Amino acid sequence: MTERKIVVPGEVVAKGDYLPGEWTEKRGDEIVSIRYGLAEEANRLVKVIPLSGVYIPRRGNVIIGKVENITFNGWILDIGTAGTAFLSLMEVPRYVNKDALEEVMEIGDVAVVKVVGVNRRGVDLSIKLRGLGKIDEGIIIKVNPNKVPRVIGKEGSMIKIIKDETGCNITVGQNGYIWIKGDSIEKELVAKEAILFVSDKSFITGLTEELKKWFENNKK
Amino acid sequence: MAAKTTRPDGRKPNEIREIKAQVGIIPNADGSAMFSTGDTIAIAAVYGPRKMHPQHQQNPEKSVLRCNYNMNSFSVSERIRPGPSRRSTEISKITEWALEPVLMLEKYPSTVIDVFINIIQADAGTRCAGINAASMALAHAGIPMKNLVSSISVGKIDKQLVVDVTKEEEDWEEGEGATDIPVSISGDGKITHLQLDGKINKEQLIEAVEMAKEACEKIHEIQKKALKESVK
Amino acid sequence: MESPRITRERVKAYLAEGKRFDGRKPEEFREISIETGISNKAEGSARVKIGKTEVIVGVKLEVSAPYPDSPDKGNLMTTAELLPLSSERISSGKPGFDSIEIGRIIDRGIRESGFINFEKLCIKKGEKVWSVFIDIYSINDDGNMLDAAGIGAIVALTEAKMPKYNEKEGKVVSGEWTEDKLPIEKKVPLSITVHKIGKKFLVDPTREEEDVSETRMTTGSYDGTIASIQKGEKESISIEELKEILDLSEKVRNEVFKKIEKYIK
Repeated sequence: MTERKIVVPGEVVAKGDYLPGEWTEKRGDEIVSIRYGLAEEANRLVKVIPLSGVYIPRRGNVIIGKVENITFNGWILDIGTAGTAFLSLMEVPRYVNKDALEEVMEIGDVAVVKVVGVNRRGVDLSIKLRGLGKIDEGIIIKVNPNKVPRVIGKEGSMIKIIKDETGCNITVGQNGYIWIKGDSIEKELVAKEAILFVSDKSFITGLTEELKKWFENNKK
Repeated sequence: MAAKTTRPDGRKPNEIREIKAQVGIIPNADGSAMFSTGDTIAIAAVYGPRKMHPQHQQNPEKSVLRCNYNMNSFSVSERIRPGPSRRSTEISKITEWALEPVLMLEKYPSTVIDVFINIIQADAGTRCAGINAASMALAHAGIPMKNLVSSISVGKIDKQLVVDVTKEEEDWEEGEGATDIPVSISGDGKITHLQLDGKINKEQLIEAVEMAKEACEKIHEIQKKALKESVK
Repeated sequence: MESPRITRERVKAYLAEGKRFDGRKPEEFREISIETGISNKAEGSARVKIGKTEVIVGVKLEVSAPYPDSPDKGNLMTTAELLPLSSERISSGKPGFDSIEIGRIIDRGIRESGFINFEKLCIKKGEKVWSVFIDIYSINDDGNMLDAAGIGAIVALTEAKMPKYNEKEGKVVSGEWTEDKLPIEKKVPLSITVHKIGKKFLVDPTREEEDVSETRMTTGSYDGTIASIQKGEKESISIEELKEILDLSEKVRNEVFKKIEKYIK
C-alpha cells in the first residue's frame, strides 16, 4: 500500500519545468497547491486531487436529491450544494398535470436525477431516462463527494464487488448521496459498512484486494 | 537596547508556549480544527460554501466569508454572560479580515462560508489561537486558498519584547506596563492582521512584527503537520 | 439534508425486528466517554461524548443577593447553547427553542432532586449567597444532546470546587479555589430521553433517528424517585405506552449510571 503525497494550500508541489493542473498555481518556477489534497504528477502536469470540499455539479452527473419545495411548474431539490436545483415538469418522462405535481413527488421524497444544465441561476435536472426517478424505499447514506470515484472504482469495479457480495441495488450519486436497497436489513447494513470502509481508505492503493479481504472477514 | 525582563514562566523572549493542533474534531462540520498554545484553547468549525441567509446579503461575484468568535462563559475566571459582546463582534470582524486575503472566494459566488470559533479556555492570545484554528479548518473544509494564515500575539512587558503573551504578561504593570500586538501572517510572509494596544516606538514595533513573523513560520509548520496527519 | 421520508419507513421496519442502522438494540446507548477539567478557569467542567455527539459543560460560582422568597438558599441558573459550530442546521443568533428547552429540563432535574444543597450555599442570610451557573455548549450534534448535557451537568457539578472568598471585601478571589467541593447530595438526577418511532421505543437516537422520532419523553430521576418529566413533540401516547416508557427509562438509567459511576462518585 503506497500513499501519495498530501499537500496543503500554499505548499510547493514541484519546481521547474512543470505545468500547473487542477487546483495548483504557478508562482515563478514553482507549482503551488491551492487545496488540501493529494498531489499527482503525470507527463509533467501537476495536479492536486482534493480530499474535501463541496460537490460541484457538472452536466451529465447522476445525483440524488431531496424535494424541498414544489412550484407551479416543477420541484426544487436539495442536492447538497448552495445553489438551487430545479426539476421542471417538462423533464419528467410522462405527462404531468400542472395541478398534480404532488402525485409525482412530494416534499420530503428523494429521487435519482440527472444534471442537464448548470448556469448562474442554478442547476437544471431531469428524470427522463431509465434508472432515474423517485426512490420508493431503502436507505440513503452520505459520503464525502470527493471519494465517490473510489467508491465506484475503475469502470464500476469497486461498487460491483459490493453489489455482488450483498445482492443490493446501489446507486451512487456524484454528490456523495448513495441509495441502497436490499432484500434484507442485514444486507443493507453490510453494504453500508462496505461503502464506508472504501470511503475511509479511499486514497490507498490495492483497495480492491482490501475490500475483498474485508468481505471475507465479515462473512460470519 | 531594551532591558531584559524575565518572563514569569521562564520562557525566552522569542519562545512560544507548547502548541497542540488537531484537525477534524467536529464530524458534522465541513472542516474543523483545534489549536492551543499553553493554556489557551480554541476550536473552529467551517460550514460552506453554503446558501446565504439572508439572501440580500449575497454577493453575486464571490462567496461571503462570515466569522463568528465566541468565548465560552467558563473559559475565563469571571464568568462571561453567554451571547455576543462588542469585543466578540470586533474580533469576529478582525478574524474575517485576517483570513480573507488568502481565500479564493470568487470560485463560489452567491454563497457564504461560515467560520465559527469557540474559546474553551483563555490565557491571552485567544483571537490568535482562533485564527490559527480557523485557517486549518478552512483548508480542511476544502476551501481553495493561496496560503495558510498563522497568528501570534507579541507583547512588550516594560521595555522587553516577548512572543506569545500570557494573561499575566498582558496585565503587566511595572515600568512601561504591557503592550499587546496581535499579528497574523499568511504563508507568503504578508501581514493580514495587525493590532496594537499600549505604547511603543516605531523601531520596536518593526522588531515586534519581525519576531511575530519568525514565530508564525514555526506555527505554520505545526498547522501543516496537523493537516497532513489527519489522513489516516 | 434532513432525513428523507423513506428513512422513517426503514427505521420503523428495522425497529420492528429490534434493530437499528448502527447495529444497536433499541435500549442500548452508544459509547459514552467523559473527560473532566476541560477549562481550568471553571469551578468544574466536563466534556461528554455519546457516540459522535459531544457537549461541554462548565460550572461557575458567583456571589450575589438571594431571591426574596429564599433568603437563606443559593441560586441556580442553567443555560444551554446549541452552537452553530455543532451542526449545519443551527444558525447564529439568539438561542432557539431547542437550546432553551435543554437548559430548562436539565435545570428542573437538578433543582427538584435536591442534588445541590442550596442551604449550604448561604453566606449571609438575606444578603449574600452563592449562585451556581451551569453553562452547556454543544460541540457536535449527532442526536440525544439532552442526555449528554444532563450527564455533563452532573459530572461538572461533582467536580466543582468552591472559589476562595474574601469575607472582608465581600468578593470572590478570581482564579483561586479552596479544597472544598460544591455541596452536593447523593441523589444524582440522571435524565434519560425515550423516543417513540412507529410503535416502538428507543433511547439515545442518532440525529438521523431523531429526525424521524414522533414523540419523546425525558425523565430525570434518582434512586427510583422521579424528579422531572418533559414530554415533547407532537404525537400522543396511551397510558400503557407511558408505563412502557417509564420502565424503559428506569432500566436504561440504571445501566447508564453504572457506566458513568466513577465520575459522580
